[in-house]
Amino acid sequence: MTPFQYARANDVADAIKQIATDPSAKFIAGGTNLIDLIKYDVEGPTRLIDISHLPLRSVEPTAAGGVLIGAMVPNTDLAYHPLIEQRYPLLARAIMSGASQQLRNMASTGGNLVQRTRCFYFYDTTTPCNKREPGSGCSAIDGVNRINAILGTSEACIATHPSDMCVALAALEAAVHVAGPAGTRTIALADFHRLPGNTPQRDTNLEPDEIITAIELPSKGFSANYSYLKIRDRLSYAFALVSVAAALELDGDTIKDARLALGGVAHKPWRSSAAETVLRGERADASAFARAADILLHGAKGYGHNNFKIGLARRAIMRTLGQAARGTPQSNSDKKIR
Amino acid sequence: MASYIGSATSRIDGRAKVTGEARYAGEFNVPGLVHGYVVESAIPKGRVVGIDTSGALEVDGVIDVLTHRNRPPMADNDDAYKDEVATEKGSPYRPLYDDRILFGGQPLALVLAEDWESARVAASRVRIEYQKEPHVTDLHAQRDTAFAIDTPEKPRGDAGKAFASAAVRHVAEYFIPTEHHNPMELFASTAIWDDGRLTVYDKTQGVQNVQKYLCGVFKMKPDEVRVLGPYMGGGFGAGLRPQYQVVLAVLGARALKRPVRVMLTRAQMYALGYRPASIERLALGANSGGTLDAMTHEAIAVTSQFEEFARNDTGWGNLLYKSPNAKFEHRLVKLDLPTSCDMRAPGAATGVYALECAMDELAIALNTDPVQLRLQCYSERHQGEDVPYTSKQLRECYRQGAAEFGWDKRNPQPRSMREGSELVGWGMASGVWEALQMPATVRIVLTANGHAEVATAASDIGTGTYTIMAQVAADMLGLPIDNISVKLGDSTLPQCPVEGGSWIASSVCNAIANTAREVRGDLLKLARRMKDSPLADAGVDDVALTDGKIVSKRDANRAVSIASAMLSDNAERITREETNKVAEDKSHARNVHSAIFAEVKVDEELGVIRVTRLVNAVAAGRILNLKTAHSQVMGGVVWGIGMALHEETLFDHRFGRVMNANIAEYHVPVNADVHDIKVIFVDEPDETVNPLGIKGLGEIGIVGVAAAIANAVYHATGKRVRDLPITLDKVVQFN
Repeated sequence: MTPFQYARANDVADAIKQIATDPSAKFIAGGTNLIDLIKYDVEGPTRLIDISHLPLRSVEPTAAGGVLIGAMVPNTDLAYHPLIEQRYPLLARAIMSGASQQLRNMASTGGNLVQRTRCFYFYDTTTPCNKREPGSGCSAIDGVNRINAILGTSEACIATHPSDMCVALAALEAAVHVAGPAGTRTIALADFHRLPGNTPQRDTNLEPDEIITAIELPSKGFSANYSYLKIRDRLSYAFALVSVAAALELDGDTIKDARLALGGVAHKPWRSSAAETVLRGERADASAFARAADILLHGAKGYGHNNFKIGLARRAIMRTLGQAARGTPQSNSDKKIR
Repeated sequence: MASYIGSATSRIDGRAKVTGEARYAGEFNVPGLVHGYVVESAIPKGRVVGIDTSGALEVDGVIDVLTHRNRPPMADNDDAYKDEVATEKGSPYRPLYDDRILFGGQPLALVLAEDWESARVAASRVRIEYQKEPHVTDLHAQRDTAFAIDTPEKPRGDAGKAFASAAVRHVAEYFIPTEHHNPMELFASTAIWDDGRLTVYDKTQGVQNVQKYLCGVFKMKPDEVRVLGPYMGGGFGAGLRPQYQVVLAVLGARALKRPVRVMLTRAQMYALGYRPASIERLALGANSGGTLDAMTHEAIAVTSQFEEFARNDTGWGNLLYKSPNAKFEHRLVKLDLPTSCDMRAPGAATGVYALECAMDELAIALNTDPVQLRLQCYSERHQGEDVPYTSKQLRECYRQGAAEFGWDKRNPQPRSMREGSELVGWGMASGVWEALQMPATVRIVLTANGHAEVATAASDIGTGTYTIMAQVAADMLGLPIDNISVKLGDSTLPQCPVEGGSWIASSVCNAIANTAREVRGDLLKLARRMKDSPLADAGVDDVALTDGKIVSKRDANRAVSIASAMLSDNAERITREETNKVAEDKSHARNVHSAIFAEVKVDEELGVIRVTRLVNAVAAGRILNLKTAHSQVMGGVVWGIGMALHEETLFDHRFGRVMNANIAEYHVPVNADVHDIKVIFVDEPDETVNPLGIKGLGEIGIVGVAAAIANAVYHATGKRVRDLPITLDKVVQFN
């Protein structure tokens, strides 16, 4: 473990200024992941810049009909916010299916986006891991990889992104507002997280001197026909083996618009525009869902312990689309899968 | 006055625990306390070639770094390290003793600093140079190296031949992975060195065991070492043997002549003991009438390279079922791991899981109801020893459990019951454990104001020992329970064995009864000497202590108050110390039994399993406290759910390391996994097992639960999963 200094940022400009002057500094908000990583010696920032007091805690409607969520809004507050519960229930359900109440109370919206993988080897500093120590090798490929990725992997890394919230954000086509020394920019959620490729040490396209200020949701919330289904090794408080965010816009039985994203299977929330295109104009039935699942899972590859995830994901996609089409989203409290 | 024994008395230490007043081993603060942080081995086998502590010593607040090279002296012979729970064969691990690395996570250095954070920072700056040696950690890969050890159960007849000619046969292998205890409280010790005397606050299930161990390791006299552990946040067997942090804390305290606390991290606790992974092979042969002709149970389990730990996995069939031919074999595989150890119902949790799944499979092969098969094979006598039980209400467990569950509505056909997208399965199993007693001594100090202190060196590991002792003492002394104080967890108190094996309740409560009888005798002597005593001609067993009085059993009007009897002689206190009498009686088997009925609902497409109902009917002699007993069995059931569906220590055998050494990834059941649990205590009077008829409940709650769930999963899905945990990918073929 590395000792660190603690500093508080007064506003966004101050935060950017502080991080620019110290390349080994890190922002800290809820700390629900970073503190663990420091304890495990995976991360060793010499300075923590506390951004939890920044005035980024509001959830506001936008002129475009969407919602702008401040980066410091705690996960719990976001999940229970009336605007989110009513207009974006898919996001509320995804958040509530993650972690525990205590963690959700601490975790921030911005922090959720940049949480790091749960790959066992990433946390064990005695083992090779390209994400932790570039060039050292990937232990998971031939190791204990039940929880690892089946899509978008590389020879360097088969880690997954562990967030539930981001899977819903991907399906809802959210955008990430960031600020840096060069000003502000907006990154589509789909472009925010990276695939591992040859640089698995980089989880996201956020630059080291940038800060997430807000998440913007477009107007379309799919509040009538949606579901978030998370399959895991116990019924709560576990990371997803596979999770599915499904959102449909229906005209009678016909699908007008569809969104589909997977969690627990890749280095980022997994989407395919082709899988969603194939659903549009189709009847919302099993054969359409199966075609979409096959496209979304095209190229999926198992590494031994996680082979089952391919078939599991296919069935979970079909099930979740069915729940969405029927208007019977998966409950968080009743663990029976509808 | 109503009896406290048998009532649902709330824990007398409950308030202290929920308010934080109860202090645990890592919470005793003394001035000048030094904090120790352990540096572990990154490799599973080899030698330490070099240790560079210079970086650590540069950290502000660091006082010293102890290694095998500069530590204070320790004993150099195995006997000194053999605690009362140590394995018979082998050389106990000696913490920080020399350069040899025997398992991954082994402590190699102890950083001592003024505060815990500095110690932790410095620990990451200790550089260790290793000489690696090839290691083995995979039971399956090493099973050919298994060697047989002596087991208590002897073969009879010719099980192989009888199996070969049996009308109906079932043979299969079952697997239980390595599991870790994960008590909520982290292992911690606070050692206070004071001019040649040592006081240690330790997380342990046996303060006197640790005291004797430390005397051996540090060559100290018994009166120089005192070990205390008034409360424990869960033990489950992990705290039976002294753990390495207590040695490290004492080493630090001796080196610095200052008090030292060593608290392990959750991850470090995965280098302590564990339930050994085991492969269990069952071969059952039945005649067409549905009774057993042949029973073979063979186990292969994990131990370390340096000790041979084994428990009775294979003999439980001898207690449950008649079979003229039987064979039992226990084999061990030595791996480069810490020594395996006791974990709740050691041997039975694993062995009975395999046995009871095999019986379910045999019932299916015979086309017989699983309960019916067990009744057909029911043994009235211990089959190995050929002796009767002191009591065995297992039939009644089956009957009451089945009735509560609604077993008669079961359609025996697998996949025959369904609710929407879920397949419904009902399974059952038997449970069995021993009703043990160990010598324990209890001291009672009765004061003239009608208060009594009851003391023994037992540990309350969270099960309710404080409370049941107060109940029994209150009844035996005829005092309100609020007038009883209980002292435990101090090695200077009267002798008591480690809290394990479900033997503490029977041992200490019978010792209380014996001691209380002596106190009663003393009181009666005083009462008889009183002028015009109404008890002048009474003997000690003619009177009882009730409502603060010595009362004739024949005539309740003849009574003397305890206070007046003591006042009559100006006696301020009566002190007595007695031991329970543990008679050698080979004419009976002593056991507790249970019947478990489980309902699971399995999503047919996705394989997600929910244990929606579970009934555990337990016959365990006299139940002292319905509330704590119920909690204890419920806890066992929850653990059984975890054993069936969740728990598994994952190893990467290339590195010889545990990969999920944290409770985010080592899964135990959470609230969502636990639904309706019904615990039934079947009435089982037993004056033979011991005078109070107590059998103990510590282990029985978990035994058989995983089997009942596995059998229910089969009934739901038609898929037999024999290797635990039953995860969704084992139930459904996805690809």
